[in-house]
This record gives sequence, structure tokens and C-alpha cells, in this order.
Amino acid sequence: MAQRAPQIMPPMSDSARPMVRVQNVVKHFPAGFGTTVKAVDGVSFEIREGETLGLVGESGCGKTTLGRLVAQLLPVTSGNVFFEDLELTRLRGERLRQQRRQIQIIFQDPFASLDPRMTVGDIIAEPLSNFRVMRGKKLNARVQELLRVVGLNPYFNNRYPHEFSGGQRQRIGIARALALNPRLIVCDEAISALDVSIQAQIVNLLEDLQREFKLTYLFIAHDLSVVRHISDRVMVMYLGKIVEIADSVQTYAEPKHPYTKALLSAIPVPDPKIQRGRRLVELSGEIPSPIKPPSGCRFHTRCPIARLPTPCAEVEPPLEEKGRDHLAACHFSQDV
Amino acid sequence: MRNLRTQFKTDAGPVKAVDDVSFDLYPGESLGIVGESGSGKSVTALSILRLIPEPGRIVGGKVLFHDQDLLQVSDEEIREIRGRDIAMIFQDPQSSLNPVLRTGFQIDEAMLAHKQASPQAAHERTVSLLKKVRIPAAESRAKDYPHQLSGGMRQRAMIAMGLANSPQILIADEPTTALDVTVQAQILELLGDLNRELGTAIMMITHNMGVVAGLCTRVIVMYAGQIVEQGPVDQIFESPQHPYTWSLLRSIPRVDALRHERLRSIEGMAPDLLRPPAGCRFHPRCPFRIEKCLTDEPRLEEIHHGQIASCWVTMDRARAEMKADELRDISPGAASGLRPGEIIP
Repeated sequence: MAQRAPQIMPPMSDSARPMVRVQNVVKHFPAGFGTTVKAVDGVSFEIREGETLGLVGESGCGKTTLGRLVAQLLPVTSGNVFFEDLELTRLRGERLRQQRRQIQIIFQDPFASLDPRMTVGDIIAEPLSNFRVMRGKKLNARVQELLRVVGLNPYFNNRYPHEFSGGQRQRIGIARALALNPRLIVCDEAISALDVSIQAQIVNLLEDLQREFKLTYLFIAHDLSVVRHISDRVMVMYLGKIVEIADSVQTYAEPKHPYTKALLSAIPVPDPKIQRGRRLVELSGEIPSPIKPPSGCRFHTRCPIARLPTPCAEVEPPLEEKGRDHLAACHFSQDV
Repeated sequence: MRNLRTQFKTDAGPVKAVDDVSFDLYPGESLGIVGESGSGKSVTALSILRLIPEPGRIVGGKVLFHDQDLLQVSDEEIREIRGRDIAMIFQDPQSSLNPVLRTGFQIDEAMLAHKQASPQAAHERTVSLLKKVRIPAAESRAKDYPHQLSGGMRQRAMIAMGLANSPQILIADEPTTALDVTVQAQILELLGDLNRELGTAIMMITHNMGVVAGLCTRVIVMYAGQIVEQGPVDQIFESPQHPYTWSLLRSIPRVDALRHERLRSIEGMAPDLLRPPAGCRFHPRCPFRIEKCLTDEPRLEEIHHGQIASCWVTMDRARAEMKADELRDISPGAASGLRPGEIIP
């Protein structure tokens, strides 16, 4: 099979229009005793129209928080989020609510994110009636169409979530997210709770829907192999900061940040002959607390190539261009 | 393990979670048991130590440890065997450790319970075990409560506890599923080293084919409560014979993939074990099924040296009869009337 069909991946020239621009966004949560958890600590990036931008990192790195900031489900502590020319971080009340039609979220847990007392039809219809888009017969027809689009029987609309399997529930969550014809969907660990064979079904469905409805995805997951598969570009986070953003092929072929390299080396490949020959990049120690992140480069306490104390423990490396369309935040990216 | 059958009683009838499962575990080997949720892999592991929770019951078969049938020994005896000869570690180290007792003390206890050592000697061994599982500052970590340890360290402490009595078998039930990938990789490396150094046989229960590829020498693939294929890892990954194994391997995205290829998903879902399908249990999702598959249950048969599979067709025949590109484009489950996965030209 050829590389991605052109309709899936528009050429990523410099002219590709950013749909979302995130600038210096910070999100701090109070953690008691006057301390703050620096969940997201000054990140800037853009999501381009029609692409899938992957966001990976380990637990506690701030990826879920960042996804919610993009969708404005959480207010930022500081910084700006633009959706095209509109600054979401300035919107309040009804204007923000109207803007939510453009951005929808699919959540991780298909068991917790669907109200068990509502029928599937009502769950999918809810956003449509909330925004008074349609009602009556037209609404019913739309719900059935959405069920069909996500590969479920359109006559299942009177059933309850408990009658469905995990994979089917995730399809329901997707149908709900599609209801308002959004332009951006934030998929927050949307397939992590599913079995392997079902994951593949949902990944394929998301790819089909993207092509059909010209969707843009921010795809958040901890599983780098799935993220690489579905994404055009991959963004790696560590302790509230973005450490690398690159084309998903580049990310694997030429990682420019030691953390990305370690992450890639840790994922087992389902091929015993190859797996035996792979070398694990060992990270020393544990992930530091986001309440008191390390000075300089936040990764320096675990980095295999850090030069200490200077510059790594003293100077924070900026996220800068290390190759064509390839950003990384490392003082020694040439040594990775 | 011989003809093991474990069922769960429900109002609608018995759920046959494990249905006639037989296999061997050799001294010092590392065996992987893979399958998706509900395939019976965890219930198989729990059955070995008679840890099946109510309303589950082992209704038949034998679990032979050397020559002793663990299903026949007294409660007293099985308690002695648990932890001493066969130890088990679980997915969630948080809930397997007692939160109000110091971690080190809990490991001491594992030895004291089996009267393997004096309290003093037990404590010394605990510290050396914590060092063995690469917990830094083992001496002081032994005094920590479980909540003071990170997830990775708790799992290391659980492994140390598992190894406390130098068991012959360590059963690991999804030990890395709750952990981050970098921590998972460290734990897997640790398990591999312990298997080689101490000669402890490891039975790794997992849904992750990558984990098996890295750690195990032999693998058992389970589907709907039964073993569908078994053999040396290299052979199974290179030339799977059961269509389920074959489909599963193609459905995983690989981190080392150099270009984007559509995932070949298995459509449909695993059967309801209250009423498993007649014939081969995979037949509703199988792209290669023949008429016989709908009615006759296939037996596990040796297909290549050391590799057994239960399939009337087998992938050897599918490969022989179909062209390579036909086989590549085939979509398991398409025949089941569910949404077929379309192929991007």
C-alpha cells in the first residue's frame, strides 16, 4: 500500500492553515499548603486544519489537562487559545457555549462517559437538542444516521448503554461527538480501555470519519504505537512541557529529544526476533513531582545525555526548530 | 494442567470461563498466555492456586504440580503451596499490598507465614530481595508504607514478595498493564533477568503481544475460554496457524512501522460464554471458515513441530489456497454481517 492517501493527509506545507493556536498556555491547580501542581506549564503549538495531531506522554505529564484546555472545558491560568481568528480564552458564557459546537471530546472510559439512565438515542440527541439544532422526526432521523455512520444498528436507539460492549459504547460516544458536525475532536485516550482487536476497529472508524467529514483530531494517548499510527504529527509531553513535535515518521526515525527516544525504546514490538535485538534506553529515577519540577531542563534528572550542572540543570532549553517541521527542546539534540 | 474447566454460576446458567484447558509448564521456562478480556487467561491462572472467587467453581480437570493434583489437596496444603512453591503477582500492586503495614514487613511476613526463616533472617532477606528487584535505598524503602512508593516500585516490591520463598513458579497476571511504558519495560527486563538467574518459571498472563515477544519463549493463545494455539514464540509470531492468532497479530499497530497501513481489525466481538457458538468458537468472526466449522469443534493438533492449533482449515492451507494479496486484504469478521472493514485502495 502506498503512503497515506492524499485525502487523508493534506500536504503539510508551511501554508497549511492552523486551526487552533495555543500560545504560552499555563494551567496550575492548587495543591494545598499554598503549593500548585504545574500541570501544563507554558506550552505553545498549533493544530493544522485536517490533520491528526498526536499527544503522548506518561501519566501525570499534563496531556489530558492540555486536551481540556484546547476544548476550553477548563479555563487557562494564563496564555491564549485561538480557534482560527477567535480567541477562545476571552470568550465567556453563551458565546463560549456556541463555540463548543466546533470542538467535541471523546472520553476514555466508555462506561463512565455515558449516562446509564438515558437511552442511546437520547444520549446522541442531547447535544442536538441542547443547541436547538433540530427536533422531532428530523432529530430521530439524524440520530439513526449517526448510529449508522459509526457502524451500529440504527434501530438500537431505544436501548441503554449497559446493553452494549465496550467497543460499541465507544462508537456511541463517537456518534455523540459527531452530532453537531464539529470541526475538531479531542480524543482523550479514546481507545485505551478497549481490547486489542476492538482498538483496531475504532482506530479505523476514526480514520474513515476523518476522511468523510474532514475532521481534525487532537489524539491523546499514552500508547505511542497507536498514536504514531493514527497521527500525522506527534507531540511528546514531559512534566507539563512539550519536549518534541515532529512528523510521525520523523519521530521514530530521528527523535531529537532523549525522552522521546527512551519512550520509543520502551514499547515492545510484537515480533520476538526484532524485540530481542532492541535496546532499552534506561531512564534513571522516577518522574519528579509537578509541584516542584526540576530546574533548567525538567528531564535533566533522568536524562542519559544530560551535561550537569550546566547547561542542563540551569538553562531551560527552548522548543526550537531542529529540522524541517521538527521542533525539540533539548540542548544536545544532535547527540540523541 | 489437564482438562481444566472453571465455571461461574449466574441466574442465566453457568458461564464457561475456562473450558477444557490442558497445557504444561516446564521448570525454568517463561510461558506467555495471551488473550483478550473474557478469554479465560486470568481465570486459568487463578484456578492453578484455587483462588477462584465466588460464584466461580472449578468443575473438572487436574492441576498437577509435579505429581500432586492441587485440586485434590487439603486447604491447609494449598495454603502452604501458595507463596512457597507457586507465587502470584497481580495487575494492581496498590490493592495487593496492605496500606497500613510497612512494605518490608509484608515481605517478611511472606517468609514467616511459611516458617522459612527467623524474623531477623527474614528481614535481612527482604532487604536483599528489594535490592535484587532494583529498588534504590532498599534498607530505608523497606520501612516505607506502600503509598510512599511509586507504582513501579510497588510492583517491584510485589515481585520481591513473590520471590521471597524462592518459588518454582511465578504467575504474573498483567503485572505491567497499569504502569507507564518506561516503567513497564524496566519491570519486564527485571522479570527476564530473574527468570534466567534464579531459574524461576514464569507464567506471564497478558493481552499485549509485544510483552510476550520480549519475555517469553513459549506462548499460549486463548479465545473464549479455550486454547486455540500454542507453541514457541518465534514460530507463532512468524507463522501463526489459527486464524485468530493471525488476525490478532495483524490488528496491532507497531511502533516501528515505517509507513501508514490500515489496521486489519477483527470485526464483531468475542462470544457470550453463556452460549458459546457451536463448532469452532471463532467461526462467527473467521474469514476462512468452512461448513464443518459451524458444527464440529476442532481439536488441538500438532501442525508443525511443537506448534499446535485447533482449526479445521489452518493458515497453512489458507496461504496455499489464496493469493498473497487476497490474503492481505481479507477482513476477519466481514462474513458475520457486522460492518466490514473497508480497504483503502
